[in-house]
Amino acid sequence: MNPMTFLVLAVLTVAAALTVVLHRNPVHSALGLVATLFLLAVQFLSLDAELIAALQVIVYAGAVVVLFLFVIMLLNLEVDVRAVGGPMLLATAGAATLALGAFLVAGLRRDVGGAAADLPVGFGRTATLAERLFTIYLLPFELASLLLLVAIVGAVALARRRI
Amino acid sequence: MGATPLSWYLALSAVLFTIGALGVLIRRNLIVIFMAIELMLNAVNLTFVTFSRNLGSMDGQVIVFFVIAVAAAEAAVGLAIILELFRVRATTNADEVTSLRW
Repeated sequence: MNPMTFLVLAVLTVAAALTVVLHRNPVHSALGLVATLFLLAVQFLSLDAELIAALQVIVYAGAVVVLFLFVIMLLNLEVDVRAVGGPMLLATAGAATLALGAFLVAGLRRDVGGAAADLPVGFGRTATLAERLFTIYLLPFELASLLLLVAIVGAVALARRRI
Repeated sequence: MGATPLSWYLALSAVLFTIGALGVLIRRNLIVIFMAIELMLNAVNLTFVTFSRNLGSMDGQVIVFFVIAVAAAEAAVGLAIILELFRVRATTNADEVTSLRW
């Protein structure tokens, strides 16, 4: 991707992420989350991760955020007047966040180098990813299906009205 | 125009992760805290995909696949817990739910 396009997308992504964190209305936060996820899907595409980009849109922006919106709707949440904590908490959280940001940026100072010069044949193709998934990563893959089943049963058991 | 350096993607990921951490720390609404956690998960996914491109290996993308699966499961169970909590305590404010039993 050309650097200008990246910068524009990055600024939009950060703005959307800040909406998620700072907006008082939870519905606006959820919509900011959708925007962030879509913009990140574009970044994934530019990094040759086509299946991940598709999953990002289908699973995250499609399913997970709809789940969030459903819960917000069910709970009928008002605009939160006490959306954030007190000044003491804000000061502490701001300091901690600055420290975390400085730590991460310090880690970036060491150059990671550019993209791999010669990508293997089929890099980023869904077929290549699927082949790994069904050979080397077969056991984790099956465990993930089990995890999803347990999560569905658990969610239904928790959310069901008591008899 | 050349290609974007990969360290820029890592920087974006670091900024997103920091914003997510800030959200978890300052917000008091459990649902918004949850969204901030999803934000951090996505920042880490971006790092995985970037390094996958950097190393020319698909393993990073496979791991992102699993992260997305686990995050979906986590969102379903977490939101069910928030629903149940709301039924019992009629609040989603983290400050009003500080005791482990009632």
